[in-house]
Amino acid sequence: MYNAKYIIPGLVIFAGIVTLPFWINLCSPAYVYPDVAKPQGQVTLQGGSEPVTVNAGDACVEPGAWMRANHMSLLLDWRDAALREEKRVYVASDGREWNTSLQNTCMACHGNKADFCDKCHDQNSVNPYCWDCHVVPQGNNHEFK
Amino acid sequence: MNSSRRYFLKVAGLSGFALAAASGAQAAQAVLSPAPAGKGAYASDKGALRAKRWAMVIDTRRLTSPEALRPIVEACHAAHNVPTIPGPQEVKWIWDDTFHHAFASDPNPVLPKDVEERRYLMLCNHCTSPSCVRVCPVKATYTTAHGLVAQDYHRCIGCRFCMAACPYGSRSFNFQDPRPFLKDLNAEYPTRMRGVVEKCTFCAERLEKGLLPACVEASDGAILFGDLMDPESTVRKALAENFSMRRKPDLGTDPGVYYII
Amino acid sequence: MLERVLKGSPRYYAWLCFLLTVIGYAMVVYVFQLIFGLKLTGLSRNVSWGFYIAQFTYLVGVAAGAVMLVLPAYFHHYKPFKRVIIFGEFLAIGAVVMCMLFIVVDMGQPQRVMNMFLHPTPNSVMFWDATVLLGYLILNAVIGWTTLEAERCDVQPPRWIRYLVYVSIFWAFSIHTVTGFLYAGLPGRHYWLTAIMAARFLASAFCSGPALLLLLLFLLKRLTGFDAGKAVVRPLSLIVTYAMGINIFFYCLEVFTAFYSGIPGHQHPLIFLFAGHEGLNVWVTGWMWTAVVFAFLSMALLLPPRLRTNDKILPWALLMLFVATWIDKSLGLLIGGFMPTPYETYQVYTPSFWEVSIGLGVFAVGALIISLLWKIALDIKKETGEEFELPAEEATNI
Repeated sequence: MYNAKYIIPGLVIFAGIVTLPFWINLCSPAYVYPDVAKPQGQVTLQGGSEPVTVNAGDACVEPGAWMRANHMSLLLDWRDAALREEKRVYVASDGREWNTSLQNTCMACHGNKADFCDKCHDQNSVNPYCWDCHVVPQGNNHEFK
Repeated sequence: MNSSRRYFLKVAGLSGFALAAASGAQAAQAVLSPAPAGKGAYASDKGALRAKRWAMVIDTRRLTSPEALRPIVEACHAAHNVPTIPGPQEVKWIWDDTFHHAFASDPNPVLPKDVEERRYLMLCNHCTSPSCVRVCPVKATYTTAHGLVAQDYHRCIGCRFCMAACPYGSRSFNFQDPRPFLKDLNAEYPTRMRGVVEKCTFCAERLEKGLLPACVEASDGAILFGDLMDPESTVRKALAENFSMRRKPDLGTDPGVYYII
Repeated sequence: MLERVLKGSPRYYAWLCFLLTVIGYAMVVYVFQLIFGLKLTGLSRNVSWGFYIAQFTYLVGVAAGAVMLVLPAYFHHYKPFKRVIIFGEFLAIGAVVMCMLFIVVDMGQPQRVMNMFLHPTPNSVMFWDATVLLGYLILNAVIGWTTLEAERCDVQPPRWIRYLVYVSIFWAFSIHTVTGFLYAGLPGRHYWLTAIMAARFLASAFCSGPALLLLLLFLLKRLTGFDAGKAVVRPLSLIVTYAMGINIFFYCLEVFTAFYSGIPGHQHPLIFLFAGHEGLNVWVTGWMWTAVVFAFLSMALLLPPRLRTNDKILPWALLMLFVATWIDKSLGLLIGGFMPTPYETYQVYTPSFWEVSIGLGVFAVGALIISLLWKIALDIKKETGEEFELPAEEATNI
C-alpha cells in the first residue's frame, strides 16, 4: 500500500471517533434509573364500554420492571391490535383487562408526563413523537401553557 | 493474476457476501419483529358493536337547511379534534354541499325545488373496493374485517397518492401542524401531526365502545347506521322502503353511504 | 477514476460552485418546509400533487429516454452510438436521482420513507415505482461504470455486462410504464384514466430524453470540443422526430375520444387546460397553447430532412420540443388531472416561490451529478486517445 503512513493512522483516528460513545460510556459511572413519579389514588378509566375504577398505586398493566424495559414495544403492539385487528382490550399476564389506549388508560394514571415520561426520555435523549398527536392531560407537564 | 489467487479472492468475496447477507437478514428480522412485547393477549370489548359491513343511510329529506347540518358537522369535528383551517389547505371529515357538487355528474336540468336547494352531507364512503387502499404504498390505509376504511397516522408517509385516488374528495392532508387551529381539544382523542393524511373513520373508536358514530348521534334520527348484511337492520329497512342514491356508483368502489332523496 | 472530478479548469470549478450555491439555498428552504410542512407550497386539498410530482414524472421519461441510444447499439449493433452511450447512461443516473429527490421532497413524512420497504405493498403502483427506479439506478451505475473502466484499461467489457444491458433495455420501458400506471389506474380522474397513458409517456420519453441528450452533447462540443459526430446526431434526431410524431398523435387521440364521444367528464380537463373556466385566472392555458405551438413548430423543423440535418436549426427545434413535452407532461398533466375536483368545482394551482426554489435545488443536484460523471467520462476518453474532433465529413457543425 502506498501512503500507508497517512492512511493507517487516519483509519485508526476515524475508528476512534466513531466508537467514542462506547469509550465514554465505559469510563462513566453506572446508569441509574431516574426517580419517576408514581401514581396514587383511585382513577377511573373511561376508554372501554364500561368505566373501570382502579387503584393507581397498584402494579401497572404489567410488572413495573418489565414495563420500564418494554413499554415502547407494548405500546406499538397495542396500536397495531387496536387499529388493524379491532382488538382494544389487553388481557394482561395476571388476567386483568385493560383498554388499549395511551391517552385514556396510560395517561389516566401517569398524568404527570413531565415527572414520568420525560424524566427518562430526557436523560436518554429519546424523543418519541407520541405527543405530536396524542393529547397530554392538562396539569403537571411541559406541553400545556 | 494467477488462478489460485483468483480462486481465493472469489471464495473470500463470496463468503464475505454470505456473512453480510446473514447479518443483514438478522438485522432485518430484528427491525421487522422487535422483542416480544407484552405477555398478554388481545380481545375485543364485550360491548363493541359489530357488523359484517357497516353502512350509513342519510335521510336528506330531514336535513334540509344548513342549520340542521351544522350540529352534525360540529359533533364530528369536536369529537375527533378536526381543526378549522381557513383556505384551500383545509381539513374536514364531514361537510355539506349542493346537490350538483355531491352528485357530480350531469344532473337533470329540472329538479324538484326542495331537492335542488337541499344541502347534502359528504364524508368518507368506506367503500367495499376502495381505490385509496389499493394505491397506498405502506398499508397506512386499509380495510378492517368489518368494512371500515381505516387510516394509521403512525404509518402514513404523506405521499398523498390516496388523495389522488379517492373519487369523492374525502381525504385531507395536514399541510401544517393542526394544533394551533384547535381551540378546545377533546382530551380522549388524539389530534394529527403535520404531514399525514386523515379522513372520517366511521367512528371506529366509538363502535368499539358500543356507541354509534358521533354524526349519527347528533342527527336526531336523520342518519341511520347499521349492518348492510343484516336483513333486520335499520339501514336495510330504510333502503327497502325509500329511494336512495349513492355518489358515483359507476366507478365500482361500492360506497357505503346511501342518500334517501 | 473518481479522483478525476477534482481536477478541472477554473470554468469547471465556477460551475460546480454555482450549483452548490443553488443546492445550499434550496436546502435551507427545504429545512423550512420540514419544520412548517407543505403549507409552504401552493398545493391544496383539491390539488394535492403539483410541481414536485410533475417534475418527477417528466424526469422518469428523461431517464428512460437513454434507452434510445442503448437499444440501437446493442440490439442492432449500431456502432457509432457506442461512442456516446456512456453520456446517455450517466444522464439517466442524474435523472433517476432527481426523480427520487422529487418524491422525497413531496412527502409529508420523509423520515418514514423506508416504510415502503419495511411494509412492502405489491398492490400499490407506487411501491413498484420505487422498486423499478432503484433498480434502474443500480443498473445504469453498474453498466456505466464497468464499461468506462474497461474503456480506460483498453479492454473489452466483461461478457456479463451484455446481459445487464439487455435487462436495462426492458427495464427502461418498465420504469415509464409503471409511472404511467400511477395515473392510469385511478378511478374518477378522467384526464388520467386512459389506457394509452403509459404509451403516451413512452412516446414523450423517447423524444424528450434523446432531445435533452443531444442538446447537452451540443453544449459539450462548444465547451470541450468533444464532437458526437453526424453518425450519432443524424439517427438520434430521426428517432426524436418519430417519437414526437407518435407523441402528438397520441395526444390527438385523447382529444378525439373526449370530444367525439361527447362525455363531459373526458372533456372538462381538456377544456380547462386550453380555455380555462368561467373567468378563473388560469395561467396554465397560456402555457398549454405555447406547448401546442412549440410542438408543431418543432415538428415543422424536424420533419423535412433538409432542416433536420441543418446543425444551425436542429438545436432550436430540439429546444422547442423539450419545452413542449415538458409543459404537457409535467404541470399540464397534473393540473389537468386534478381539474375538475371530485365535486365538479375548479381551483387554480400555482406553484409557490418556495416550491420552485426547492425544485431548482433538486435540478442543481441532478446537474451536479451529471457534470461530475460526464467530466470523468470525458477525461477517460481524452486519456485513451479518443479523437474529440472528427474529420470534416463526419463532424457536426454546431
